[in-house]
Amino acid sequence: MDAELIAMQLFSGVALGAILIMVALGLSIIFGMLGVVNFAHGALFMVGAYAGLWVASLTGSFWWGLLIAPLAIGAFGMAIEFLLIRPLYKRSVDDPLLLTFGLGYVLVEAVRIVFGSDGIPFETPALLSGVADLGIGFFPVYRLFVVGVVAAVLVLLWLFLEKTKYGLIVRAGARDPLIMRVLGVDIGRVWLMVFGLGIGLTALGGVLAAPMRNVSPEMGALVLAEAFVVTVIGGMGSLIGAVVAGLLVGVAVSMTALFAPEMATIVMFALMALVLLVRPQGLFGRAVAGH
Amino acid sequence: MTTMINSRFPSPSRRTVLMAAGASLVAAPWVANAQGADTVRIGFPTPLTGPFAAEARDQVRSAELAVKLINDKGGVAGRKVELLVRDDKLNAGEAATRTLELIEKDKAHAIVGALSSAVQLAVNEVTRARGVIYVSISQSDTINEVKDFSRFTFHEALNPHMTTAAVAKHTFKRGSKVAYLVADYAYGHEMLRGFKRAQAALGAESVGEILHPFGAPDYSTFMPRLRAMRPDILCIANFGRDQANSIKQAVDFGMNRNARIVVPVLLHNQRLAIGPDAFAGVVGGANYYWGLEQSIPSAKAFNDAFRAAHGGAVPTDYGAYGFTGVYSLLLAMQAAGGTDTDKVVAALEELKYDVAKGAQSYRKCDHQSMQSVLVLESKKRADMKGDADLFNVLATEPASETMLRTCSELGFPA
Repeated sequence: MDAELIAMQLFSGVALGAILIMVALGLSIIFGMLGVVNFAHGALFMVGAYAGLWVASLTGSFWWGLLIAPLAIGAFGMAIEFLLIRPLYKRSVDDPLLLTFGLGYVLVEAVRIVFGSDGIPFETPALLSGVADLGIGFFPVYRLFVVGVVAAVLVLLWLFLEKTKYGLIVRAGARDPLIMRVLGVDIGRVWLMVFGLGIGLTALGGVLAAPMRNVSPEMGALVLAEAFVVTVIGGMGSLIGAVVAGLLVGVAVSMTALFAPEMATIVMFALMALVLLVRPQGLFGRAVAGH
Repeated sequence: MTTMINSRFPSPSRRTVLMAAGASLVAAPWVANAQGADTVRIGFPTPLTGPFAAEARDQVRSAELAVKLINDKGGVAGRKVELLVRDDKLNAGEAATRTLELIEKDKAHAIVGALSSAVQLAVNEVTRARGVIYVSISQSDTINEVKDFSRFTFHEALNPHMTTAAVAKHTFKRGSKVAYLVADYAYGHEMLRGFKRAQAALGAESVGEILHPFGAPDYSTFMPRLRAMRPDILCIANFGRDQANSIKQAVDFGMNRNARIVVPVLLHNQRLAIGPDAFAGVVGGANYYWGLEQSIPSAKAFNDAFRAAHGGAVPTDYGAYGFTGVYSLLLAMQAAGGTDTDKVVAALEELKYDVAKGAQSYRKCDHQSMQSVLVLESKKRADMKGDADLFNVLATEPASETMLRTCSELGFPA
């Protein structure tokens, strides 16, 4: 076992972590700001992949799919918030959970009806196909591109939340919606936008994943589980938590794949169990007492 | 539903609908009883939902076609044949429950189906306990072995032993360095065992094995280690979407530059789902490919009947299992003059059939269908003459007992 292999394995882990972060980000933001546990997250990831595929086949360009699908599915997410979730805010926290759980099934079946239950090919865009020599080994150019996109999205998101007036309202709204209302902020509009943002990010994750995986109606099922693991480890609702946990899980999976490959899936759940035992609120979560 | 009917139609028609519904409810038990006397009922558990749904759907289409063709020719001893399709959800417990229902409640005369090595063993447990014929149409080695065998158990599918022997014969050479990426469950384990046995006989060597979790969506973390093994052949033994994802990602990582990708079974639907570029040059085995019609008349007849029933579409590999499994059983029932289990078992053991892919027959000791194994190579995009023109047939290993483990090796008394 040489150093080059271990370095390469670490890098694979970081790259996998980037994909996991993308997947967990939307779930974490929506929970953090709205307190809604979105069980339709995996299905919307899948819908994003199909939307990207559809737009790409209409326009003949992956780039249009990458741009339009997240916007369109983000708008669809806003419609979901406005029409379905909004009426449930004053009721028990279980209600939006049940609603999104059912919505996930509806979306999967709808895609099966429209596109069939077979997978659909999604070719890697020509510009990004091929393998790059990293010095320590070879890595697909497309995966490097995905890492770059995720990094860019994180920077933009951070700038938006920390440096803009609107970001300040969003953060304050997450802490205390009542005070925001008293101050004359239309908190409903903030939630609408945040939900749309979260779903748009999820859809972007779906489009980015499509050239790496089989695009099929069931592709979101495991994604939902992965997203939950990452958000729980990082702390529900914590952005920095999702980033750190995503990288941590990616590296843990990758290192396990090197030494005990058949354990590569289970290790993320083991890691989650461990974190829950030691720090139930997650690595960067706020303690829940009285919340 | 009722409100939709209500809003669209005047009330008399709604009343008629309700009356019709009521009448059919009352009539249902009587209908079932009448069927009990007349029809031949074949139970067909298969995973209509889940990761193998595409293959399962093809099995059902082709099995329905077999039933239709037999019915068009007068059925079995004047009785119509009925196919009772049930979703086993790719779950052994679910499959056992559905099979029991098919036998106890629907009074099925025989069971054909299943699409996973583990699920078929669960179905087999039920059928052999009840003394009902079961024709398995999914790959398994253990079902041939004396432990799981019963005289009611027939195995129409290829088994991993014969599949891997044929594929290895046409891909492994003396001194080949083979790296294995294997799904960590019965199917992968059996395929790996078959390949390693063939590899030893052919003088190839293994440079490493990686077991991956079933249903993994990402294989990137296995690639650095696979590359470090420096193989000439990367053998990927998994099924369904796992095959599609792992081949695509191996190619993304450039694994096919220095190594040839070999799979035990090259799946028609997964090749369609991923596209020609990732699969180009991948070699694997198959029970059937529609392109056989150029040389085999029964394949032409099967394809034509399927095209006529499905708008010009061609049957797939796993679809053909549904067809040959149901068709051979019904031929045996015709020969036996009915559904008497002992007579049908005897007729199946004697049956020589050629319904889609050339001569087939069930070996006496383990009821394994002796049949040809195809070795296919996935075509490059530029070489395809149409959307369904997926593979080159590299070789057809003829039906022969030499491809099977001997009866005594399986534990049967000599």
